[in-house]
Amino acid sequence: MPLHLTQTERELLAGSSGEATAMCMRVVIAAAELLGVESLVEISSSHIDGCLYHGDGGVEFAEALVKGGGQVAVPTTLNVGALDLLHPDVVQADAHKTDMARRQMEAYVALGAQPTFTCAPYQVGHEPKVGEQVAWGESNAIAFVNSVLGARTERYGDFLDACCALTARAPFYGLHVEENRKATVVVDATRVPVTLKSRDVFYPVLGTWLGLELGSEISVIRGLPSTTTRDQLKALGAAGASSGAVALFHVEGVTPEAPTVESILKSDSDRPVANLTDENSFAGADLVRTIELEPHGIQAALERLSTAGDTERIDAVALGSPHFSDLEFRALHRCLRGRRLGVPFYVCTARDTLSEMDAAGISKDLRESGVEIVADTCVVVTPILEAKGGVLMTNSGKFAHYGPSNTGYDVLYGSLEDCVESSITGSVVRNHEVWTW
Amino acid sequence: MVRVGEPSIELKGRPLVEGQARGPLLKLTRPISFWGGVDPVSGLIVDPRHPEFELCITGTVLLIPGAVGSSSSSAILLELLREGTAPAAILMGKADAILALGSIVGLELGYAPIPILEVTRTDIVRFPDRADVCIEAQGRITVT
Repeated sequence: MPLHLTQTERELLAGSSGEATAMCMRVVIAAAELLGVESLVEISSSHIDGCLYHGDGGVEFAEALVKGGGQVAVPTTLNVGALDLLHPDVVQADAHKTDMARRQMEAYVALGAQPTFTCAPYQVGHEPKVGEQVAWGESNAIAFVNSVLGARTERYGDFLDACCALTARAPFYGLHVEENRKATVVVDATRVPVTLKSRDVFYPVLGTWLGLELGSEISVIRGLPSTTTRDQLKALGAAGASSGAVALFHVEGVTPEAPTVESILKSDSDRPVANLTDENSFAGADLVRTIELEPHGIQAALERLSTAGDTERIDAVALGSPHFSDLEFRALHRCLRGRRLGVPFYVCTARDTLSEMDAAGISKDLRESGVEIVADTCVVVTPILEAKGGVLMTNSGKFAHYGPSNTGYDVLYGSLEDCVESSITGSVVRNHEVWTW
Repeated sequence: MVRVGEPSIELKGRPLVEGQARGPLLKLTRPISFWGGVDPVSGLIVDPRHPEFELCITGTVLLIPGAVGSSSSSAILLELLREGTAPAAILMGKADAILALGSIVGLELGYAPIPILEVTRTDIVRFPDRADVCIEAQGRITVT
């Protein structure tokens, strides 16, 4: 079946809302056609991942939309840029890159998007409701909005997210479609010790395991505490979207689409039987199965998050990928208790969260201890860390994943407490006991 | 008996982005995230944990079992196209809109786009590494 367009969609394509929207419609249609999609779906919100500078091509794209009179047609937030616009000295880029990165961020604001500049828009008030159709970019935000909020998005990349925002349309396929949101694998965490499952440090490791083991396959996780926090789910999704392509996971009794495992599990009747005999299909992935979490699998995922070997020293700490939430700031504040840090210590967050922390007096205390708070961007997407390299410690699965290739630092993974204690003197302190299983 | 040429294999892919190209095959043994995995200026694979670390993708027919990770990979492909460091073509084990979008937007901005084809998992094993691969219209692939 070829792609069917409504009257309104044909008009947008013909330029009824200007050249920029027409260009966006061409891109949305090209994407829909290559995906073999039959129709577009109306969306009600967008999160644009396109304002991070990767090169001049991205600036040319955004400025072409501005020049063509483009405006977003739905409420739209913006992902991180390559600059901290509030603290311009934080980023050490050359004049050309700094200028282009600023132009790129400003172009998206000119298109009517909100200057949130965060990878965690769900922490600054952008929270679509269960079942709402949206078009989000940024892999952790995609995993969060699908899994934790229960809204429906596919994995949108740079450009398509913006094109969806300007046209208020997305290809109707994949995770926009209810039947495709069912789990095909049960991940059983029942036997994981409760003490481990209650710790924040477990969730990036679980997410890393999930991404490596399942790729983009949808799972329902059984046996996590009903008290699992939003920050833990955020960390799980971000790690799974880095090590694999996790865009949706369910947690029984915790996430909105999985009151029970059975309610979200793909049943035999949902399965396209014809595919089972077609050697060219990926039918194997449709067989529902159960994987029990084992100590060796979790241990392997934990080890993958560190590349620094048996180092005894660290050179820097980075927290806040995804961007630090208010609760994470408060936990860091408690943990630090006004002590002075011995190594560079970066916390990345949204400007909106930062202003809350300013009002609460927390950012002032943290800065006095030596914490450098980075807004609008983060340490793995732009040069902030000292170029000398060394060992970067983090409690983030996503930083641990991208740190080595994007910063040149080796990484050491640990809990928030480990990171803080290690950074006081620069000597590694890690609680290994928590992993005893 | 004189051999006129190596025996060639004819295959068919599903074009995600149409086009013609020719180049040496570079077969990745693991999926890759272009963002954080490929440097757009040099065309090198820069993820030290990737098995094909430090190989150059420029001008190759890049065969990847699948894309993983960041949704910024389309932006990296766009920069590769702009810098002239892109692969000649990409063959993917699983259709992925994120990567294909880079080529589609490249066309809108007037850069030379590259063909991107989906190939089946059964066909992937039939590609010998470093083979000469020719891609023509309608997804026709000749492997020599």
